[in-house]
Amino acid sequence: MPESTVILDAVAIQRVLTRIAHEIAERNEVGAEVVLIGIPVGGDHLATRLSRILSEIWKQTVPVGILDVSMHRDDLDQRVAPKVHPTVIPFDVTGKTVVLVDDVLFSGRTTRAAMDALNDFGRPRKIQLAVLVDRGHRDLPIKADFIGKNVPTSLEEKICLLLVEAGSARDEVILKK
Amino acid sequence: MSWNRKHLLDIESLTADEILTVLDTARAFKAVGERAIKKVPALRGKTVVNLFIEPSTRTRISFELAEQRLSADIINFTAEASSLKKGETLKDTARNLEALNADFIVMRHSASGAAHFLSRVLNAHVVNAGDGAHEHPTQALLDAFTIREHKGEIAGLNVTILGDILYSRVARSDIWALTKLGARVTLCGPSTLVPRTFEQMGCRVTHDLEEAIRDADIINLLRIQHERQRKTMFPSINEYAQLFGLNKARLAKTKPDALIMHPGPVNRGVEIDSEIADSPRSLILEQVTNGLAVRMAVLFLVNGGKGPQEVAGN
Repeated sequence: MPESTVILDAVAIQRVLTRIAHEIAERNEVGAEVVLIGIPVGGDHLATRLSRILSEIWKQTVPVGILDVSMHRDDLDQRVAPKVHPTVIPFDVTGKTVVLVDDVLFSGRTTRAAMDALNDFGRPRKIQLAVLVDRGHRDLPIKADFIGKNVPTSLEEKICLLLVEAGSARDEVILKK
Repeated sequence: MSWNRKHLLDIESLTADEILTVLDTARAFKAVGERAIKKVPALRGKTVVNLFIEPSTRTRISFELAEQRLSADIINFTAEASSLKKGETLKDTARNLEALNADFIVMRHSASGAAHFLSRVLNAHVVNAGDGAHEHPTQALLDAFTIREHKGEIAGLNVTILGDILYSRVARSDIWALTKLGARVTLCGPSTLVPRTFEQMGCRVTHDLEEAIRDADIINLLRIQHERQRKTMFPSINEYAQLFGLNKARLAKTKPDALIMHPGPVNRGVEIDSEIADSPRSLILEQVTNGLAVRMAVLFLVNGGKGPQEVAGN
């Protein structure tokens, strides 16, 4: 039986997202043309939630996009082809401050792929990275600007984000040993 | 959602789930074609050989563009320009290409089973771009993709395939794909070209055109494959057009939302009237656009496939 621990419950997830939204607001000025782009699976829903909170803080709508990175991965010939999700970026990213939103930061390879993929859509003025959980073990020199929770892990452990938007009964972040 | 095949050789051996995986993946690749930058690096550094031993224009161009949009390097190889004319065997030709470190071989060949054969003698990924009268899997996948885009679900639809079924690899692949996805497939055409033996593939055979198209949601027209017919299978082209050509009068008796498909090349005035081919009910050009997305999806998926090739050994 794999052992699993809840590391963030629904209330904690919401509190963490509120704090990240305030940190984004602190780092970037109102009207700095900030857009949020979530990486599926997980990051897309988190980006939508962050946008709702940030829109309230700034009293203006913060646009949200979805960026699939599977065509830009560096391990495509070493694994079964990943599930490709639709990319939906209903705005021009050129000149904007793009906050990439992902659920878990691990090797950093997804973030690298995301920055490459984003280049095909334009030239953002800045790219920042927001993650719900940073579990360490980076393979690349990548660091998040906004972190919900630092969770030291071993390589064998897995972190799962469950969200009601994705069909889960409740919001939870679980660490599986 | 699953795909662990190293090759795409036919539709017959695929599961409905595998077919749907290709169609779902193709949807994302179609969106790539609508961006300002239509290229992704998924096959960067990979070499694809397009080995077209039988002439082809649209399939070859479609594969070439799909490979370029995936950032692969490409070698184009046609029968006329090859050593096959000098007596080299297909196996030797393919081995020579593999010695150049080709990662993928996309092959069109006049012999049924040619792609299966290559998959057994080479380490490269093999994609069948049409083998004799056997199968043309990417055509069936793009047909299914196009139907799904317009009708939502394929399960429960009535699809009529009309024309030269006997010599058509498109018909065989379409029958496999559409029946696996739950469509009711009806075949129609002259009895010499639509033998009852096709009922064994799980479809209905009729030689009465009006009955065949009356309840159809999709009418898929096929060209007469003169190049594969060893003897004349019907009295004349004119008679074929009169008895089985889709014209305005016949179309008027179909469901108002029935859509027309054709894998091309179209023989206007034979299997289809010009006016219908250009009408809003015709999906012919959309099929071409979708073919590109489906071929990108197939190359993307087989690139990750390491699994044993279930069909190669039989």
